[in-house]
Amino acid sequence: MIQPLPSDLITVNVDGKDIAVPKGTNMIEAARLASVEVPHYCYHPKLTISGNCRMCLVEMGLPAVDPATKAPLMDPATGKQKINWMPRPTIACATNASPGLHIRTNTAAVQDCRNSVTEFLLINHPLDCPICDQAGECKLQEHSTAYGRGYSRFVEQKNVKPKRTQLGPRVTLDDERCILCSRCVRFSKEVAQDDVLGFIDRGSYSTLTCYPGKQLANNYSLNTVDLCPVGALTSTDFRFKMRVWFLKQTPSIDCESSVGANTEVWSREGVIYRITPRQNDAVNDTWMADSGRVLYKAVQAADRLSRASLNGVPTTQEKALQAAVDLLSGRGGRVAAGSVNGVAVVGSGSSTVEEQFLTRKIADKLKAPVALVSRVDTGDKILVSADRNPNTRGALVTGLICALPEQKLSALSAAIEAGQVQVILSIGEDLIAAGLTAAQLAKVAVIYLGTHQNATSTVAQVVIPTLTVFEKAGTLVNQQFRLQKFVRAVPGLGGVSDDLVSLSHLLNALGGSTLGSTLGALWPVIAAEVKVLAHTTYDTLPSTGLLLDSATWAGLPFIEGETLHFKPVTAVGVKS
Amino acid sequence: MNLQPTTLQKIDEVITHYPVKRSATLPLLHLVQEDLGWISPEAMEWIAAKLELQPINIYEVVTFYPMFRQKPIGRRHIKVCRTLSCALTGGYKVCAEFQKQFGSQPGAVSADGEVTIDFVECLASCGTGPVVMIDDDLHVKVDLARAQQLSAQIKAGAKARSTP
Repeated sequence: MIQPLPSDLITVNVDGKDIAVPKGTNMIEAARLASVEVPHYCYHPKLTISGNCRMCLVEMGLPAVDPATKAPLMDPATGKQKINWMPRPTIACATNASPGLHIRTNTAAVQDCRNSVTEFLLINHPLDCPICDQAGECKLQEHSTAYGRGYSRFVEQKNVKPKRTQLGPRVTLDDERCILCSRCVRFSKEVAQDDVLGFIDRGSYSTLTCYPGKQLANNYSLNTVDLCPVGALTSTDFRFKMRVWFLKQTPSIDCESSVGANTEVWSREGVIYRITPRQNDAVNDTWMADSGRVLYKAVQAADRLSRASLNGVPTTQEKALQAAVDLLSGRGGRVAAGSVNGVAVVGSGSSTVEEQFLTRKIADKLKAPVALVSRVDTGDKILVSADRNPNTRGALVTGLICALPEQKLSALSAAIEAGQVQVILSIGEDLIAAGLTAAQLAKVAVIYLGTHQNATSTVAQVVIPTLTVFEKAGTLVNQQFRLQKFVRAVPGLGGVSDDLVSLSHLLNALGGSTLGSTLGALWPVIAAEVKVLAHTTYDTLPSTGLLLDSATWAGLPFIEGETLHFKPVTAVGVKS
Repeated sequence: MNLQPTTLQKIDEVITHYPVKRSATLPLLHLVQEDLGWISPEAMEWIAAKLELQPINIYEVVTFYPMFRQKPIGRRHIKVCRTLSCALTGGYKVCAEFQKQFGSQPGAVSADGEVTIDFVECLASCGTGPVVMIDDDLHVKVDLARAQQLSAQIKAGAKARSTP
């Protein structure tokens, strides 16, 4: 009998086991909740159902009722309601669970369906997994192992189709491997809103292609590569670079905008090979932008800062830090001894929460004003927002800034012109790109902590190299005020200290209390001082992030427009 | 797109027959092919815009049906049946005769642009083979003499048009 359940849950029976699932769950998801795998290719939880691969065929039964009275028909042998099993199998992806639904996935008939579907899919599929780039993460390979017959009965000639079509600047297609599941077609239409893919010459020669003269060039094209259950769509960048089973996966965050898409960084022996999205249903579903996938190239870029330098001359990290302390504390000759009034701090919306916290402490110690550099571009309404700083909210949460950053560093610019600033401490920000002129920088001493060379690092008195987001761990606060953590994927560049080590050294040398330079040591301090982060620790932060109480900043005119899973709260008096 | 006003009128009319515009894809393709003789890339894009779709959606349909022509066609379309009955009664010879008369290959437009000769499957007049269809007119029992006669008629028609 069906037990009534309090909420929207209904009871279904999967392979003889009763389980409560939400109403409207399809049979694949219901089985998943019962820890039963229903193999599938075309079904994807974030796309519409097309039901074309037929791999998810299962047996389905419904509780029997008397046709006239609708009274349950009982089975006298068991005392339970009879189940009317459908004479033919059903596709699990396109059937929603109804109360009392029975699913059988382990019968000979279901096994037979899977074997037959697999055999048909393999008729024209090249049997060359050893040279296929998808091997190791290929659904067809996995399911063929489980449901394939191990040898082919097909003695005819296989179809010949285009082998390496450039569908767009980043995606290469091998049409022979395509099993026509249409996930990529549906993704392009439904998520990327760029309906360029389709099947032509339908029949034995069905071919995935773009309309002649068009390209799969949108900024989400590489998601089709992730979606592809076989080796048909491959990333032109990653193709044939590395076997996936050699790669280590590290959870990370996409730092290109304040969306903070969750990512997976794939590396081997300290070298990153690719970045793919990591599912977070509250932020990015299973997608990310193509532009965020190439950010790892910055790690080994030619213009990477690898050594500390003093007035352009390479030096040791210790000497550079000492010189920075001298400048900041007034012993460097630029500011009158004992007076630290002439120092300004330029913080960064790209820094982690922990770095911003230490930056705030340093600024407090120096009684220095703090400016933040804003990065504004147009958002694409999907997963790239208008605010290209990944952690503007973090700067607000840690108290590094109280108001949103201005477009150009005009206040700092005016202060330099007025002779009020003699030393600038820049945490990873290119001051010239941020609106100061070279002439203004010539008037002051610049201490630059950053990852790459730029106009500011070349004129800075003190340059201290820092690590990219892939080489350190930390947290960021995205546009939803969701605190998300990322983990170190690869070791830092040789001879470069962690940002937290450099910052806490500066703080200590300037006379601040010892706060620690590791996440484990810092978080108790942060949790104690920052109200909205109370009781939070890095280690216990869930992988999907933690939504912070944003009431304090509700009135600020944030610039983000609507994106996936984010609707801006329009503050009073703010024009959209 | 150089469509006749009557075609445009029919297109606008037929779109209203369906609850969603996309459903009018096939009727529109038929109307355009009737008017222009073939479906050009320009026509696919025009239809896509007309139905608020992307060109790929139309392209998928056009490539599915063999009778949508993706290449231009001659002024007259000569379709010679090659299914069993007609093949036995000499359909291939008839086709060869037409090719000789117009100096063109099956599927290609003749040099003067007058005809396209194609083999087709059964035209449903198996007792009277070989059967040939020229545009919408069915010609039965087409032997070599009849083929020459039909060719002469087409040529005469072309000549009459070129010398008004």
